[in-house]
Amino acid sequence: MIPTEYYIFLGSGLFTIGVIGVLTRRNVLIILMSIELILNAVNINLVALSQYFKSVDGQVFAIFVITDAAAEAAVGLGLIIALFRNKETVNADEIDLLKW
Amino acid sequence: MLELITFIILSVVALVSAVFVITRRNAVHSAIWLTVTLFAVGGIFLLQHAEFLFAVQIILYVGGIMVLFLFVVMLVDIDVALKQARFARQWPVALVTAVLLLAIVGYALYNHGKGLNLPARPMVNAPAQNTQAVGMALYQNYMLPVEIASVLLLVAMVGAVIMAKRKLE
Repeated sequence: MIPTEYYIFLGSGLFTIGVIGVLTRRNVLIILMSIELILNAVNINLVALSQYFKSVDGQVFAIFVITDAAAEAAVGLGLIIALFRNKETVNADEIDLLKW
Repeated sequence: MLELITFIILSVVALVSAVFVITRRNAVHSAIWLTVTLFAVGGIFLLQHAEFLFAVQIILYVGGIMVLFLFVVMLVDIDVALKQARFARQWPVALVTAVLLLAIVGYALYNHGKGLNLPARPMVNAPAQNTQAVGMALYQNYMLPVEIASVLLLVAMVGAVIMAKRKLE
């Protein structure tokens, strides 16, 4: 039996790597992939605590998180395609239409 | 013991491939490393006897979302990105912020060596059949959220089609 702490620490490590990816990368596609990493870290924590409390509620919530991830990926990638068509770039720091 | 060794191997694989996801120059390589991370996280679900979630992870994440990602990576021009800087100008500040975040979370979790300070485990038996229990919860207690999630997926599908359409008239 692995202590619940270990899963939580793994989740926070994965979350931090995802946050670093979102904050530092320029490519919008890799920023979206980092968001998937963050959502996976959340899922690890949800499943670990669901196991700890011996109830499936956390796992059901993790399924909803995966649903959200699918919706987010579909809309985000649609945005990237529209963006690439208009601006010819996928770099987050070159998309500065609202900055003056 | 075997469980702990499996856990350590899976978490090292997950963390190392996650680092590769955010450091590779080529977006295709990042996507492939992300697949490795997702498989490792799926293994961790399996280790916690969440078999249904493991299947969902493999079918939906690895089979669905990653294919979508690879499609879009191939659609946008990757040859230009190979010659450009990988990281944004603010990367040192961002790195310090993220490490501080990890330190704060770790300090809060560590709690002076006393562990997580969780409430006591309830004295019930864990459901024996994971998939059956998850299905029962989804279609009995969580009926309304399931319907809302289906509406969300419909909206996301329509939104993605509208967004990726060539011209809005």
